[in-house]
Amino acid sequence: MRLRISNRRLARSMGGDLSIFIFLGLGALYMALPMIYAVSQAFKPLNELFIFPPQFLPRHPTLNNFSELFILMAQSWVPITRYLFNSLFIVIAGTAGNVLFGSLCAYALAKHDFPGKGLINTLVLFSLMFAGSVLVIPRYLIMSYFKWINTYSALVIPAWAATLGVFLMRNFIDHMVHDSLLEAARIDGASEFYCYWRIVMPIVKPAWLTLIILSFQQLWGDQGTLFLYSEELKPLPYALSQIMGGGVGRAGVAAAVSVILMVVPITVFVWNQSQIVQTMGTSGITGE
Amino acid sequence: MSAVVTPEKQVAEGSAQIRPGRLKTLWQNMKANKISYLFVGPFMVLFAIFVVVPIAVSVGLSFTYFNMIEPPRWVGWSNYLTLFLEDDVFLIAVKNTLFFAAITGPISYLLCFVFAWLINELKPKIRTILTLLFYAPSISANAFMIWTVMFSGDAYGYINGVLLYWGIVDKPIQWLLDPTWMMPIVIVVVLWMSLGVSFLTFIAGLQGIDPSFYEAGVIDGIRNRWQELWYLTLPMMKNHMMFGAIISITNSFAAAEQLQALTGNTPTDWATWTVMQHINDYGYVRYEMGYASAMAVLLFLTMVLVQRLVQRLLRKIG
Repeated sequence: MRLRISNRRLARSMGGDLSIFIFLGLGALYMALPMIYAVSQAFKPLNELFIFPPQFLPRHPTLNNFSELFILMAQSWVPITRYLFNSLFIVIAGTAGNVLFGSLCAYALAKHDFPGKGLINTLVLFSLMFAGSVLVIPRYLIMSYFKWINTYSALVIPAWAATLGVFLMRNFIDHMVHDSLLEAARIDGASEFYCYWRIVMPIVKPAWLTLIILSFQQLWGDQGTLFLYSEELKPLPYALSQIMGGGVGRAGVAAAVSVILMVVPITVFVWNQSQIVQTMGTSGITGE
Repeated sequence: MSAVVTPEKQVAEGSAQIRPGRLKTLWQNMKANKISYLFVGPFMVLFAIFVVVPIAVSVGLSFTYFNMIEPPRWVGWSNYLTLFLEDDVFLIAVKNTLFFAAITGPISYLLCFVFAWLINELKPKIRTILTLLFYAPSISANAFMIWTVMFSGDAYGYINGVLLYWGIVDKPIQWLLDPTWMMPIVIVVVLWMSLGVSFLTFIAGLQGIDPSFYEAGVIDGIRNRWQELWYLTLPMMKNHMMFGAIISITNSFAAAEQLQALTGNTPTDWATWTVMQHINDYGYVRYEMGYASAMAVLLFLTMVLVQRLVQRLLRKIG
């Protein structure tokens, strides 16, 4: 489908295409070089991390850093699999609620008209601009009122109230779902919930797939040290960053850790994007 | 393409402003829309508890002295006056924040859009690879720490190593300790990881535009890609553009974490000290929540002001 479009767009000059190519190429270099360097560091033996002049790529690539990391992980007081489970639970539960509650609210904001809608829109917009770290203390008090300190809830449930999702979903529902489609469904007797679940959500699949990634990124990066103090509840990035803080002797292991911390979100992202591409390929339905 | 407004609803709303029984009409109007409240309800309850109440609490705290041990003590505007009259470091932080935001805000915003727009024209496979490449720095948690290795102050730092090896410098440069270099380096790193939320949203938004829309545009006399961008793409992307602008504003005005990780907890001459770092310093290190909240309120008002200005600019598009 895409091909047909790029063929049709004839109004493209050679010079324009060339400068775009150069611009994209420079951008890609700027993005990729530090990432490649980060990966290359992880495959260098410890003595190559501290040589002059420093080398961009390892001369004698080794997996030692990774095997050392696995030994360290195996010695962990709390089994490393427990940290992994904690991370998975927090990320999946948090993201699921964020997408569900956010999109329900966004559907009503985009396609319904009701008293108070303007106020909600304004609140959602403004709340995005209030410094999050000042809210930690009031939040802490609220959590202790609910007795959620040191439970998964302290990380999962506030994620359901993340405003970014509502804002994003509202824009996409507004743009991609035609009013006439919903009208027709309503005339056929579809309930509002049916409209939301069977018509709106499939059409805006790219939007909630994008939201999944954003939510994942948010929750995966949260080491949870503010609300969790039991070691066995803490997430994997926390455990790995503890290993990283081991000084010069652990420099190689630290590089391996940062590669692992990188690979997980990137894998999720690749899966996610393949889903989006698939949706785009199959659904010409957005325009009825 | 705004919400469905049936004629009955319009009448009801119009009359709500004229008739004396306003509250009653409003109540009826709300009852007629109770399904909508079921949809927004779950989120709004969570939102109220975890966002609105905490914001209200910290606005209240900004007028108190609160050290988190004793109960808050009312001090009126004193926190705000202290900020501007006595806190020299705050004024440096304001200057740095404005400078930092003025550069990273617009540039990151433009980069997000331009890259998304250019990538969107490519074939699916290349598009996916480039999207991954551009988004990777932002998604991979603390990958940006590699920059501290590259700009390390000793000869093992990659940049110093290369410069020394080529004989461009004769002693290593203290990149992250020398105020001349600190701010530029921080900006380079923050821009490097700035293709995040907005970038992905723009890509998804561009993908969501119906292809037949462009075909119609060609028939209507769109000549080249610039016209197509200005008259077709940008107007369709308006909501997303506003969304991206808000993300750029919050990221650039509230930057702290990456700056602190790069140049340390007490940067030389406060050269990379931002308002957000000052807030965290007073909130978590000195336990003066009232004072920290006052700064948060000011930062919030600044962002709202900038957001209004940007909104006005964006209205002119297309």
